[in-house]
Amino acid sequence: MDRPLLDVRDLRKHFPVGGSLFGKTRGVVKAVDGISFTIKPGETLGLVGESGCGKTTTSKLVLAAEEPTAGAIEFDGRNLAELSRADLQDYRRQVQVVFQDPYSSLSPRMRVGDIIAEPIKAHEPLSSAEVRARVSELLELVGLRPDAARLFPHEFSGGQRQRLAIARALSTKARLVVLDEPVSALDVSIRAHIITLLEELQQRLGVSYLFIAHDLAAVAHVSQQTAVMYLGKLVEVADSLALCASPLHPYTKALFAASLPSHPDEAREEIVLSGEVPSALNPPRGCSFHPRCPFVMPRCSEQEPLLCEVSPGRRVACHLYN
Amino acid sequence: MAPLLRVNDLRTHYFGFRGTRVVKAVDGISFSVEAGETFGLVGESGCGKTTTCHSIVRLLAPSAQIVGGSIELEGEDLVKKSQAEMRRIRGRRIATILQDPMASLDPLFSVYDQVAEPAYYHQSLRGQKLRQRVKELLAAVRIPSPERRMKDFPHQMSGGMRQRIVGAIAQAGGPRIIIADEPTTNLDVTIQLQYLNLLKDLQRATGVALIFVTHNLGIVAKMCDKVAVMYAGKIVEMQSVRGLFYRPRHPYTKALLDSIPKLGVKEPLYGIPGQPPDLAALPVDCSFHPRCRQAMDRCRIEEPWQHNLNGDGNVRCWLPIDEEAAGRG
Repeated sequence: MDRPLLDVRDLRKHFPVGGSLFGKTRGVVKAVDGISFTIKPGETLGLVGESGCGKTTTSKLVLAAEEPTAGAIEFDGRNLAELSRADLQDYRRQVQVVFQDPYSSLSPRMRVGDIIAEPIKAHEPLSSAEVRARVSELLELVGLRPDAARLFPHEFSGGQRQRLAIARALSTKARLVVLDEPVSALDVSIRAHIITLLEELQQRLGVSYLFIAHDLAAVAHVSQQTAVMYLGKLVEVADSLALCASPLHPYTKALFAASLPSHPDEAREEIVLSGEVPSALNPPRGCSFHPRCPFVMPRCSEQEPLLCEVSPGRRVACHLYN
Repeated sequence: MAPLLRVNDLRTHYFGFRGTRVVKAVDGISFSVEAGETFGLVGESGCGKTTTCHSIVRLLAPSAQIVGGSIELEGEDLVKKSQAEMRRIRGRRIATILQDPMASLDPLFSVYDQVAEPAYYHQSLRGQKLRQRVKELLAAVRIPSPERRMKDFPHQMSGGMRQRIVGAIAQAGGPRIIIADEPTTNLDVTIQLQYLNLLKDLQRATGVALIFVTHNLGIVAKMCDKVAVMYAGKIVEMQSVRGLFYRPRHPYTKALLDSIPKLGVKEPLYGIPGQPPDLAALPVDCSFHPRCRQAMDRCRIEEPWQHNLNGDGNVRCWLPIDEEAAGRG
């Protein structure tokens, strides 16, 4: 069982910007610029980064909602680009998504039962009695009562809605679920429930997650592996606990320093980054992090560091380590 | 010395359906803020944090009314002031920073116009002096090349920069107290750290008091001196920040602390069962008891009153305080 479920290799997605219908485009935003990672069956990869770093574009590529400019996504050993229409549809059955805001991701005009049944009907030829049975089963799985199927989304709280979104994502026996900031829109006391539910479901069903968030503590809690993204590139990939124990890349260090203390007396290495994330339209030469990096060297503005393995299972893209 | 701001038994209710439905958003809260202090107000959405802030600056929605209590700023009761008098207080003595900088900045006015406005009205600065003051304020919130950037409009700036502009506006009237309502929720983590440090520096330089409204206990740990935890319109616990983190007394506070993931620790998280109660139909008993790990018979009958914790804050809970000190239940 060592073969990864999802194998992403040197994935790129560039968007042309500006220009009129006939004019030339003014530039290219490299939203995702050569990232590689793998997710094993039943495991979770956490993807961390600030807004605009390409997390959401990555998730869209994995969901086959966008076509990559270059690079390959292999699911269960098969390259997405080579799938037939029917196979691609089956891929979409197996790879599902839960969005950040459960208030906008559930249609207010549909009953909960229909919302959850919709993917089942699209993908599987089941009788309506079978669909109903599956819906009840799913509602119980996420900790709601089966008679919730008759209700509308507005009759549920934020946490319950997120449970509905999870039930919908699991309705077609998905093997990989992309979780795009699944708890950031929820209240603090509810977040713990959803995180715990996701962890339990993973243990019971063996589903894999791509967990996208900006809260490092939550990501490290849920995922075995954590990947840190900056301006379309991965700067560090490591085992989550190892990453927490000793972040290597200066950007990862800064993220940890910026994550808030859990205690008033917690000693923190203060790395306050100057400036803001540069424009993706015109990224800096060399290492894209060098203008904000506290450990910058002359080499950093000339040569782009590659993501290299520095110890088993740990990859860092920084000149400090190779 | 009297505190800078003293809120005493404040009650703000919303009246819906021609007064037949009363939502007790703020229901008898008391706290005080000293000059130069940072006071944290923590709680989940709908617990009355924001209504508390709006009551202090008297900018409540038409359906809301302060039905009781007092808000004393340097000895003057703000509840008794007319809106005309409040206009001379807002911006000059109390300023606010809200969550979304794009909503609190006017897209049609330049940064200069917006930062200059409080200084123009409250400090009667004109001409070169006003210009100089705006430049200083922008420099204080670390806007690079303020001379050039003050001609810009809000849409030309990034989120972090916009929120710094809002900070400059808050400072412009030279207030004694700034109410910051979730000021960093819309910012990225590294920008959030920059902003929190900036507020601390401004506070050190001007001695302004801060009321920090947040649901993030990490921000409380970093910023605050004193903290009040709100639940269903009441302050259930108030302590110094160290007291709160080292010896939380109220089961709700403990549950909140147990529900946040800590960096690098894979312990199971504690989820608080159930939902916050409906503020329009509050029971007479303790409003937290249906979700409480330590609920007793008494909690279902009678609302707990405020117990003082020897000199350091208070708690609303029936659990005996000395048993609490002995260990966690």
